[in-house]
Amino acid sequence: MSTNSTGGIKPKHQRLVLLVIALVALVGAGLLAAYALSNQASYFYVPSDLVKDKPEQGRAIRLGGMVEKGSLKTRADGVTIDFIVGDGKARVPVRYTGITPDLFVEGSGVVAEGRMEGETFVADNLLAKHDEKYVPRQMGDMTAAQAKEVVAETK
Amino acid sequence: MHGFANPARFLRLARWMMPLLLVTGLLLAMGAVLYGVIVVPPDRLMGDTVRILFIHVPAAWLGMAGWSTIAIASLVELVWRHPLAAIAGRAAAVPGATFTAICLATGSIWARPTWGTWWVWDGRLTSFLILLFLYFGYIALSGAAQRDMAGGGGGSRITAIFGLVGAINIPIINRSVVWWNSLHQPPSITMGKSSIDGTFLWPLLIAALGFSLVFGGVVLARMRTLLADIQAEARLRRKAMA
Repeated sequence: MSTNSTGGIKPKHQRLVLLVIALVALVGAGLLAAYALSNQASYFYVPSDLVKDKPEQGRAIRLGGMVEKGSLKTRADGVTIDFIVGDGKARVPVRYTGITPDLFVEGSGVVAEGRMEGETFVADNLLAKHDEKYVPRQMGDMTAAQAKEVVAETK
Repeated sequence: MHGFANPARFLRLARWMMPLLLVTGLLLAMGAVLYGVIVVPPDRLMGDTVRILFIHVPAAWLGMAGWSTIAIASLVELVWRHPLAAIAGRAAAVPGATFTAICLATGSIWARPTWGTWWVWDGRLTSFLILLFLYFGYIALSGAAQRDMAGGGGGSRITAIFGLVGAINIPIINRSVVWWNSLHQPPSITMGKSSIDGTFLWPLLIAALGFSLVFGGVVLARMRTLLADIQAEARLRRKAMA
């Protein structure tokens, strides 16, 4: 360990410097790759993406956002629902026929798999997106104003 | 630090640390999980399914902590040639992989009733599955390096380099829900802030502490085993030479 042939620098320090340089290069490469992936690696589009950059009609995509309060309506057949998905900047009407997950409620997050048909997003499948908050049920019975605040925070 | 490089001194320390960590950890983890299952009230939206939180989150934390251990041990092995570092890295791989698998399994079970699916290929889930595959690769590589070492090769260094390179996945897992839209929710606990209510947070932190102590105990136990293996092998070789 104490002998060295490269003059001045201990091999221990030489190895440390080499490894630090290698690690910096590696982390840089990883971050660049992650940055380049930023759009492709997203699991879904948000409504403002769809409005800004209209996807082809009929192409299979995923749409994610918040189910707008008061927008959820069940049609006469009892299994088809209409609702609006918004992200605070844009809103997209969604139609879905089938059974919804338990956590699918107004004011909560949703990811819909389907395609654009005209101006409407027709979903084949709905996934509920939970927010990062964990609150016991007793506190769930808060006033409408408080609930609204929670929903606004999770947007 | 080189004071601990002496395996004999390390073994004396590990002999009483290991049972202490295992027993305290098991008591804390079991207590917190039981408390979470029996006492804690249901979540406002998820109801009783929230109780899986007390296993899922500690498992996720230890899956990532396991690879961080491997990465630090690899760095120490490569730079300072610390004789125990390679053993520490190898000892952390199997428990780390186990917790990663537990995290993926409990997450999948949790996702079915809450999200409505067992699995999606979003950023968080995919990067965590990659972590499990990295563990498998590391375990296979370190096993091969050990056999190679018996023949006088330097395979241990390749294992350490793999351990360091694999560490790039850890910040990616951590940031995946921030960088990319994902079905998995953003982090609940960030820099001193928590959006988990206290009734869930305290048992969760105690469960995480308990499982971490168990993890530490298992790592020490495996390090003792690996050291004993190396000693036995060296003795056999001496006998064969004589």
